[in-house]
Amino acid sequence: MNLHEYQARDLLKAAGIPLSDGDVAATPAEAEAIARRVGGTVVVKAQVHAGGRGKAGGVKLAGTPAEAAEHASQILGMTIKGLVVNKVLVVPAAEIATESYVGLILDRATQKPVFMVSDAGGIDIEEVAAKTPEKITRLAVDPRYGLLPHQALQLALALYRDWAQARAAIKIMRQLYQVFMANGCSLAEINPLVTTPDGSVLALDAKIVIDDNELDRRPDLAVLRDESAEEPSEVAARRANLTFIKLDGNVGCVVNGAGLAMATMDLVKYYGGDPANFLDIGGSSNPDKVVNALKIITADPRVKVILFNIFGGITRTDDVANGIVTATRQFTVNVPIVIRLTGTNEAAAFRILESVGMAAMSDMDAAVSKAVALAKAAA
Amino acid sequence: MSVWIGSETRLVVQGITGREGSFHTRQMIEYGTNVVAGVTPGKGGHQFEGSVPVFNTVAEAVAATGANCSVIYVPPAMAAGAIEEAADAGIPLVVCITEGVPVLDMTLVMPYIAERGVRLIGPNCPGLITPGQAKVGIIPGSICQPGPVGLVSRSGTLTYEVVHQLTGNGFGQSTCVGIGGDPIVGTDFIDVLAAFNADPATEAIVMIGEIGGTAEQEAAEYITQHVKKPVVGFVAGQTAPKGRRMGHAGAIISGSAGTAEEKFAAFEAAGIGIMKRPVDVVALLRTRMT
Repeated sequence: MNLHEYQARDLLKAAGIPLSDGDVAATPAEAEAIARRVGGTVVVKAQVHAGGRGKAGGVKLAGTPAEAAEHASQILGMTIKGLVVNKVLVVPAAEIATESYVGLILDRATQKPVFMVSDAGGIDIEEVAAKTPEKITRLAVDPRYGLLPHQALQLALALYRDWAQARAAIKIMRQLYQVFMANGCSLAEINPLVTTPDGSVLALDAKIVIDDNELDRRPDLAVLRDESAEEPSEVAARRANLTFIKLDGNVGCVVNGAGLAMATMDLVKYYGGDPANFLDIGGSSNPDKVVNALKIITADPRVKVILFNIFGGITRTDDVANGIVTATRQFTVNVPIVIRLTGTNEAAAFRILESVGMAAMSDMDAAVSKAVALAKAAA
Repeated sequence: MSVWIGSETRLVVQGITGREGSFHTRQMIEYGTNVVAGVTPGKGGHQFEGSVPVFNTVAEAVAATGANCSVIYVPPAMAAGAIEEAADAGIPLVVCITEGVPVLDMTLVMPYIAERGVRLIGPNCPGLITPGQAKVGIIPGSICQPGPVGLVSRSGTLTYEVVHQLTGNGFGQSTCVGIGGDPIVGTDFIDVLAAFNADPATEAIVMIGEIGGTAEQEAAEYITQHVKKPVVGFVAGQTAPKGRRMGHAGAIISGSAGTAEEKFAAFEAAGIGIMKRPVDVVALLRTRMT
């Protein structure tokens, strides 16, 4: 689960990490009031779960409170990478002497939290990492012992030679590690961590991603989810216990299992089509899931055909067939449905579908190429 | 011969009385797996379906039955503790099926089991099956048949799809291992490749990867250096959206975006047969197994 910048700031601030003043606003009037309170030039920043906000026009400087209100009215409601901006963060424009990068991530390879820091911070940090990897210092932390004093020192000295700044950075490293562990993070990033002309060290932007698997046992974190900032169909899917990602094509896909769902989308592409979504109905055989899946997919007017690809292992294919029949009785599906079922109880599933005049196939390639042909004919 | 499980496996099921645990225990027994014990705290002294003794702890189960392998079907919040309990009871092979285990829990589990010399498969995996001998986990036994192909996969149902293609075209399997798709898993591709490479019953290897991370690239490198048996591979997610990725750390840590293209390129460089579709496994094995 991605947090907004203002939510990430709240977590860092609570841990004692020095941040610029400022606050979050949902209206131009609120933005104006914050700008007046903090004084001077401010930055108005779109709060949206997407990278590249600045390049999309979602980050603007304002010299006066009135200008802050004006920028806020432009940014609020704008769409960045398909997501609507509902809130802006208003912070003072800091004077920057140096920019560093501090990231902490759960690393698959070392199976530990790993710090990455660089004194070449800012928006081009990935390019820095690709072209001059020696400018990135990495350090894996053993979670049994936590961040040890000499490790924090090593990280701080990779950023600053000034002792006062290095001491400030040591503290920030320890606080960031604490935020990471206490909130079940898979990513916590400060970029940039700046020094100002007067020498103080300040976090200007923060990103935090929380491991979705933490949310069941951490209701305090689960409430940070901002559903208004997500694709509505993806919110509906999550509420129905489905994993759904909306795409741009016209072949709606209903599949059991994430790997098979991805392989099905790949096969749609292989046969010259474009998938409209990723949808995993999971391993259970609950017919309600099929009904909900069909509702979500048919709500997208671009969908010209619906392709079921069900491999019955634990999932019983007759339950899926019943779900399809139930769904088509509850509401009219106006596009053709191509069904591929194989595995557990497939004979019963074929009978159920035939009894309502629907045909099923057992070969994945045949079903996918048929669905692509139907989508092309309807487009 | 086979990899890690077989007729010698004596299985204890942690969470045997739960909904998932009881369903899959029946399936494993039906397949012929030697299920010697179950564990559910508070249910010690009962019998599962009149045939499998249930214990309060894994240690009691091991002492009474000599169990040498454990499979875990407990809820996510209890999964890390269940793995650690099995490790302390001296079980050398632990298979965790549970989906949704917090990743930070796994960062503490991994050093714990490493100190005790335990192999963990999973979490969030379908387990493994040695056709005709034993199945530990949830892979449907009906789609498998004994034979010379070793299969290792990060997926669940996609594994079944490929096994289904293999069996339907006369390629039986030595062992199928689902390693799981979580960021931190106990057993990676390289562990399984090394086992297949050493297993005389395995003549060819099928590897099913997914987008994300660099495990497939590292596996390809290992194959180049160590594996002489023919290998064919697939990577799911060629059309997956690039996503609304935030932050830079993921790309910095791996030096890779983890795309299917990168992984297929690594396969190609390692001489691995490229499956453009799951069905391609059949033709590739026909030309490579002579």
